[in-house]
Amino acid sequence: MPDTVLFYVFSAVAVGASLLVIGQRNPMYSIMLLIASFGALSALYIQLDAPFVAMAQIIVYAGAIMVLFLFVVMLLNAPHEDAALWDRTHPLRRPGVSRFGAMLAVLLIVQLVWALLRVSDARAAVGERGDVAELTSVRTVGRVLFTDYMFAFEATSVLILVAMVGAVVLAAREDRR
Amino acid sequence: MIPLGNYLVVSAILFAIGTAGVFLRRNLITILLSIEIMLNAVNLSFVAFGRWQGTVDGQIITFFVMTVAAAEAAVGLAIVIALFRHRESLNPDAFTSLKW
Repeated sequence: MPDTVLFYVFSAVAVGASLLVIGQRNPMYSIMLLIASFGALSALYIQLDAPFVAMAQIIVYAGAIMVLFLFVVMLLNAPHEDAALWDRTHPLRRPGVSRFGAMLAVLLIVQLVWALLRVSDARAAVGERGDVAELTSVRTVGRVLFTDYMFAFEATSVLILVAMVGAVVLAAREDRR
Repeated sequence: MIPLGNYLVVSAILFAIGTAGVFLRRNLITILLSIEIMLNAVNLSFVAFGRWQGTVDGQIITFFVMTVAAAEAAVGLAIVIALFRHRESLNPDAFTSLKW
């Protein structure tokens, strides 16, 4: 049962790191912990016979997107205790209200878990169907991506172009005229 | 082998953590990070369902979600930089000029 042990270890790392992400005051630590969480998730992807997604997770998410976040945090030199006073005086922080909010969050988890465990195949093992050699090969992923999902792929390239232009326009200094 | 339900439960917990982060935190960068957590939770359930079905479609949709997340992060961070330049703050409660 080494699979099961590894699954629980990596799930615990992912969930624990994510919890710490939202518990940190300093965004720098949050980003580092989120990178740890993404590493654990990519291990789960490898267990699910998806090495392409696991590598893309590390290279694209941890390598590119998180570095973008780090870059912005360093650029802004963000005051990490900025929200402390607001937090204490915020109307939603009164004990009754925040206890109600925590109860709603727990309720969301209970409801989701209850609904998911009622999925008829929730007890079925994940890796029964399909040919593992076929699923893990990047060749298969590429072939399906460039045949069945051709339109979505091209639309994605337009989306990225639009996002790039939008980011440049938004972040550009306004005092050039 | 690990049942499908286990992956779905991990995904649900991660999604709930992300939602809680969006509602609880008062820092725009942490809110964007929480959105990334939610996107990853959904990615995990896509890959788990795809593996369970025995197809690569789940992996491909995850690939698209990643590109959308990259675009979202770029635009979101550009907005954060523009807002910070106006208010010298990352607290969403500071941006209430449009409030009635």
